[in-house]
Amino acid sequence: MEINTGNTAWVLASSALVMLMTPGLALFYGGMVRRKNVLGVLMQCFIILCLISLQWVLFGYSLAFGPGNQFIGGLTWFGLNGVGQAPNPDYAADIPHLAFMIFQAMFAIITPALIIGAFAERMKFSAFIWFSLLWATLVYDPICHMVWGVGGWVRNMGALDFAGGTVVHINAGIAALVCAIVLGKRYGYANKPTPLHNIPFTVLGAALLWFGWFGFNAGSALAANGLAANAFVTTNTAAAAAGLSWALLEWWKTGKPTMFGTVTGAVAGLVAITPAAGFVDTIAAIIIGLSVSAVCFFAVSAIKPKFGYDDSLDAFGVHCIGGIWGALMTGVFASKAVNSAGNDGLLYGNPGLLLIQLKAVVITVVYSFVVSFIILKVVDMILGARVSQEDEVMGLDLTQHHERAYTILE
Amino acid sequence: MKLITAIIQPHRLDEVKKALYDADVNLITVSEVLGHGRQKGVDEYYRGSKESGNLLRKIRLDIAVNDNFVEPTIKAIIKGARTGKIGDGKIFVTDLPRCIRIRTGDEGSQAIG
Repeated sequence: MEINTGNTAWVLASSALVMLMTPGLALFYGGMVRRKNVLGVLMQCFIILCLISLQWVLFGYSLAFGPGNQFIGGLTWFGLNGVGQAPNPDYAADIPHLAFMIFQAMFAIITPALIIGAFAERMKFSAFIWFSLLWATLVYDPICHMVWGVGGWVRNMGALDFAGGTVVHINAGIAALVCAIVLGKRYGYANKPTPLHNIPFTVLGAALLWFGWFGFNAGSALAANGLAANAFVTTNTAAAAAGLSWALLEWWKTGKPTMFGTVTGAVAGLVAITPAAGFVDTIAAIIIGLSVSAVCFFAVSAIKPKFGYDDSLDAFGVHCIGGIWGALMTGVFASKAVNSAGNDGLLYGNPGLLLIQLKAVVITVVYSFVVSFIILKVVDMILGARVSQEDEVMGLDLTQHHERAYTILE
Repeated sequence: MKLITAIIQPHRLDEVKKALYDADVNLITVSEVLGHGRQKGVDEYYRGSKESGNLLRKIRLDIAVNDNFVEPTIKAIIKGARTGKIGDGKIFVTDLPRCIRIRTGDEGSQAIG
């Protein structure tokens, strides 16, 4: 098969866009923590970029996309053996296999990074490294294979996940809940958010996420074509609708719209449109965006305080809840008129799709919950997952990395 | 009149404020300072070079009180700030000869509250 240069250019550019999302996420999260922990969060995100880049080319890609069974790929493509410049028609027939691989690498990188939001400000760095590496290998790679891999169990069911609502967001979001429960609350946590030390960082991070998400969603068309344009437009539209609706919700509930709320809403909108971007039209994107903010707003402002888990930066509340909402809405609004390779949803006379979407969600939630729990427990037993209380009080920057982000004198 | 100055751990500020409000002490000035006592600082490393014993962030409270409020204020600060570990901080009490409220020009005891 001949290489299509336009498609290849778009997928490579999209890979770079998605790469930028992980540092964007670092700023998004970094602004939310207290300033004694900002480097801790930035470092966790950046190390994941280094660590999973290597994991992916050595064996992660092979486990996720290589030939294997319904649940996991094998090690045939260990060290990218056989993954070369020629296309692999199973995944993308007219771009180099290497281009598809590096595009997927960026997804594998940002997914474990999303979990950081749940255990921020209290996880030991060594334990974090082991948890992330094991999680990428034992949770992300199998889920990725089941949903996207050739012969994958969930893929064969006919579940639709355009750009990773299930694989990335629900998957990471449920692992985040596990982390929040297993690690316990931060010292002194009083069931309300701790002060954000730098909201402008968070806004900058959200803007970078929005920007990178064009690669994430429109790049998932794996071609520079009409479908990519559709995904680009639905992505932007849903983010806009969700940012606006979160601001309006706050205005109505608490008297003033906030900057932090608006960017949180925009990210929730991006999460929710991820599985749907290449299957729904623009009006559906508006509805998905407007509604997801209400769902996530309820999750983080009512459910979280009620149950008392300390999902510090709302990784579960935004990514898992928003991801589930998006997966289900895909089952409602998907239309073959948008994407003939997709399916019709509930609104177009096919209620069965909604059921399949629900099944894919349940499988991901159960698998990710159980395996994440086991991994974290094992890491906790061997290394201790949490820093000591003294270290937590002094902050991760000084105690885990021997440096501080801001000086007071000079 | 006394001026009570306290150096406390940053993460105890909320508890100290709460204890002070409970003791009906509502006027405080808070500032961020650096220092170390017996706790010493923490080594930092920048591209391999070591900066030894750097100063730690602390919170300084300045509270001007009338004499009958001195003990309750001290008690409230201790109640909120004590963890029993090195680094909990110190309280200094000094005489305060004059106090003037800028808005009204009031002097002395009534200017404090």
